[in-house]
Amino acid sequence: MKPFDYQRLETPEHLGHVEAGRFLGGGTNLIDLMKHQIETPDVLVDVTRAGMDRIEERGDAVLIGSQVSNTDLASHPLIRRDYPVLSSALLSGATQQLRNKATTGGNLLQRTRCQYFYDTARACNKREPGSGCDALDGLNRFHAILGASENCIAVHPSDMAVAMAALGAVVVTRKRDGTEGRIPVTELHRLPGDRPDLDHVLDEGELIVAVELPASPPRLQSYRKVRDRSSYAFAVVSAAIALDLEDGHMRNLRIALGGVAHKPWRATKAEAMLEGKMPEAALFMEALEQEMADAEGHGHNDFKKILAPRVVVAMLRELTGLGGN
Amino acid sequence: MEQSTSKIIGEPMNRVDGPAKVTGRAEYAGDHQVEGGIAEGFIVEAPAAPGKIVALDVADAEAADGVVSVLTYKTVPQQKPYGSPEDEGRFTQSHAVLENDRVRHFGEPVALVVAETLEQARYAASLVRVEIETEEGVFNALDHKDQAEKPDSVDGLDEVDTQDGDFETQFSQSTHKLEVSYLTGAQHASAMEPHVTVAQWDGETLIVHMAIQIVASAVSAYANTLGIDEANVRIISPFTGGGFGSKLGVHNEAILAALAAKQCGKAVRVAQTRRNLFANGPHRSRHLQELKLGADASGKLRAVRHSSLASMARNYPFAEAPASPTRASYAADAIHTFHRMVKADIPKVDSMRAPGEAIGTLTYETAIDELAEMCGVDPVEFRILNEPTQDPTSGHAFADRRLLDCIRTGAAKFGWSGRVKPGSRMAGRKLVGRGMAVAIRPNTLSPAQAEVKLAADGRLVARLDMTDIGTGTYTILTQIAAETLSMPASQVLVQLGDSRFPETAGSGGSFGASSSGSALLDACAKLKSALSERLTESGVSANAFAMKDGRVLANGKRIELADLIGAEGLSADGAVDPDNHAKGQADYSYGVQFAEVEVDADTGEIRVRRLLGVFDAGRILNRKTARSQLMGGMIFGIGGALLEESLMDDRFGSFMTRDFAEYHIAVNRDVPDLEVHILDGYSEHSNPLGSKGIGELGICGAGPAIANAVHEATGVRVRKFPVHMEDLLDRLPAV
Ligand SMILES: Cc1cc2nc3c(=O)[nH]c(=O)nc-3n(C[C@H](O)[C@H](O)[C@H](O)COP(=O)(O)OP(=O)(O)OC[C@H]3O[C@@H](n4cnc5c(N)ncnc54)[C@H](O)[C@@H]3O)c2cc1C
Ligand code: SF4
Repeated sequence: MKPFDYQRLETPEHLGHVEAGRFLGGGTNLIDLMKHQIETPDVLVDVTRAGMDRIEERGDAVLIGSQVSNTDLASHPLIRRDYPVLSSALLSGATQQLRNKATTGGNLLQRTRCQYFYDTARACNKREPGSGCDALDGLNRFHAILGASENCIAVHPSDMAVAMAALGAVVVTRKRDGTEGRIPVTELHRLPGDRPDLDHVLDEGELIVAVELPASPPRLQSYRKVRDRSSYAFAVVSAAIALDLEDGHMRNLRIALGGVAHKPWRATKAEAMLEGKMPEAALFMEALEQEMADAEGHGHNDFKKILAPRVVVAMLRELTGLGGN
Repeated sequence: MEQSTSKIIGEPMNRVDGPAKVTGRAEYAGDHQVEGGIAEGFIVEAPAAPGKIVALDVADAEAADGVVSVLTYKTVPQQKPYGSPEDEGRFTQSHAVLENDRVRHFGEPVALVVAETLEQARYAASLVRVEIETEEGVFNALDHKDQAEKPDSVDGLDEVDTQDGDFETQFSQSTHKLEVSYLTGAQHASAMEPHVTVAQWDGETLIVHMAIQIVASAVSAYANTLGIDEANVRIISPFTGGGFGSKLGVHNEAILAALAAKQCGKAVRVAQTRRNLFANGPHRSRHLQELKLGADASGKLRAVRHSSLASMARNYPFAEAPASPTRASYAADAIHTFHRMVKADIPKVDSMRAPGEAIGTLTYETAIDELAEMCGVDPVEFRILNEPTQDPTSGHAFADRRLLDCIRTGAAKFGWSGRVKPGSRMAGRKLVGRGMAVAIRPNTLSPAQAEVKLAADGRLVARLDMTDIGTGTYTILTQIAAETLSMPASQVLVQLGDSRFPETAGSGGSFGASSSGSALLDACAKLKSALSERLTESGVSANAFAMKDGRVLANGKRIELADLIGAEGLSADGAVDPDNHAKGQADYSYGVQFAEVEVDADTGEIRVRRLLGVFDAGRILNRKTARSQLMGGMIFGIGGALLEESLMDDRFGSFMTRDFAEYHIAVNRDVPDLEVHILDGYSEHSNPLGSKGIGELGICGAGPAIANAVHEATGVRVRKFPVHMEDLLDRLPAV
């Protein structure tokens, strides 16, 4: 680990007054990467005591401070009542110990678990731009099937972000010059394109202050995480769904997928096909196949093209009361 | 709690070292402190291999804060050539490291950075620049089948290959024939405690605190590596935090610590990080196993052929023997077994818990299940039908074999009610299946010695260089001494893990408890007869006596121990010699495993619902620690069937799954309902205690029981392990 300077941010307003550096949340991802020489910041700005640790109800929205821990967020009564998809996504992630430390902002900006990204002996465009991508023809079982590029096929590993994408959450930020930003979670992360080293659209030194959840979310919600072991495992594929059923018709349908892309993937094509329709198994499958039309496997992860639609269809059937077969 | 002194062996006594462990007083190797401080070493790994170091720049590292020294092949103190002397075993040969400019495998150390703090060493290590000119390497045996060789020996067996009966004829005349091949993945025994050594020199003497399973062979390894006298090596290892085979021998960090301590003139600690382990710790090789089985119309086995192909690290001769269980499980007219190895440019391949049987039962017992199904015979009945009357390959009588008792007890306790049509049992959206498999593992006894000393205050100290790797050795040895000498367990102090103590074979191969326990039993029996003599001399003749609080109770009399043995106390040495036991007998531990799994009908995710094992391991020395060992083994079996796999990128010969987020071991939630049943027994041929090996038995059969249950749940036979959802996904029944 490279020696670094440590600073503490007192309030978001002081952002312009501290040395520019990497923000330190719970450190459960950043410190790991520093130990392995993958991240080598000169300055850490500890944001855990900057007063961004509250969950507030604001009429048209719920505001989640970026330092609220994953545990506190998952167990908050309001979240459990109105946003159960978020609570269950959070609880499916990592372990209790990690969730106690992990913060909302840090969770959003955690980096990929691509094994080649973690191994400094291997080529990785995300870690070292221009070096190549060893995952492309390598061990890529966990990698992307949607929106990837030949430069990077990594996925974003967060469960929480997938639920937030389905809920239409907005990230509230503050830049060093004091201006505020508002970015939908679905637009926070980038697709890799030819700059896989950039995970997200935030400027350097732009702080996540809070995440805003719109009030009155759809009533029917569900999160499903497909994984190799029953706990403490990253998603092979995950899905968050929210919808209302009005007179037997599906309304406000949002489907977000995890484990398939460089960002939480909103299945907008499928959503459009299903919005306003009556639930029907064949229709679900058709919509998901449509969504997957451009999906591309890289060998070990080909099965995700079958798995992802099956997961979503199973969830839709359950949510809409169609049940199994 | 004071135990009754009459019957202590077998009681579920709590671990005597439990309080020390949970309060942090138990000193593991990495905890050791040295006056004058300890410098910390950090390994710099080779980024590529095999090849030659063409550039190695340590200037920046040497200049970094706190750096004491940087060891490379250019600066390292003198060592004996790696692998010498040739006639020694793999654990005792030279384990030279940083030997020259050759790099054998990815991740091999090319430098050790020693600094005042771990953080300084770690950072400086990142400043070392190394360039390797790589050569073409062999990484996957399957890609180099033409290079397969018959190894000189295989682990744990007398013969590499066996050919009993006329396989071709028996197979061709069989009514039911099965020809299948399986792949099993590479695995790493990732113990909780990392591989760690604290080394210091006191003049010519090397003093080492290390995590190790066998002390005596580590002494030889140091002597042979450093070219010093064994008498000048002192190893101290009172507690080892898990080994599973990975700490049988010494590894790079152990030698590096000794070299660095010499170089720096102070104590040096080197610990492998979790990532290091996957390159610098040993692993279980990937295997290709091919099975050909034939049975007659009634389900009687006629022909069995089991051959295995795997990688062996070049210059490190170890070959696992997956066909081991095939030689002893069932009777057949012909049984042929073969083991072939390809020398590869990969990290050390070595024993991992239940070498041979863990992956051998995984394949053989799933193939047997498939054959039983072909024959239309219930899998339980199939096994009963093919029960041998003598060891099928050696022809020896079985020392004692109670496999059928295990099977019948297990079937009853589990509620086995025969097979259902695969893919037909559902609970909600889960496909539910059941399966079973047999567990078998050779039981061995190794030479061991022990010494005991009784003090006048009534306390007994027992010493052996045996290790406790978390299994409960301290406790069972305490029980053996207390019962043999009819004294309270609280007055027995067992001391282990010091090379100055009498030599044992350490912990490994499930022989530890029986071997060291038998030696201690002998020492205590000798002490007891010496005490009897003293009693007789003092006019109290007694066949039976007991001891408590410094007094002997005999014939209703109380005699002060001090009057009998004086201030100097009384000592005795004991030993066990395997040549005197189980001669001409085929000696195994046995068991059966029943599993129930659920497979998600939409995603193919597999979860174990129930796992039940019934075992016969002779006399049980402590019902609690025995149960824990078996339970741990069964959980290992879940890993083998569904989770554990070290994935290698065959383009580079490097393992890519190098932490616990990637290398999956079963977590609590993967182990819902686990039942362990142990038959009461006493194996008189096995050893003086009547016990058998237990540590590895629980793994055997657990994986295949699960795999067989997956088949019943889904109708899919997967012939690669671990089984993942994608192996089932497109073949799941439409439900
Ligand atoms: C073994 C293991 C298993 C895991 N399993 C899962 C899992 O199953 N599912 C899952 O979703 N996650 C999982 N995680 C990841 C875990 O959720 C993340 O590590 C955690 O959420 C990161 O939060 P943090 O506060 O610790 O972030 P940090 O490590 O502190 O920071 C992460 C990144 O976010 C940046 N950052 C932090 N706060 C802010 C802010 N306010 N504004 C701008 N940037 C900021 C940091 O600079 C850094 O780049 C696992 C992690 C581990 C170690
Ligand atoms: S997939 Fe992306 S993160 Fe992984 S090696 Fe390729 S470039 Fe790096």
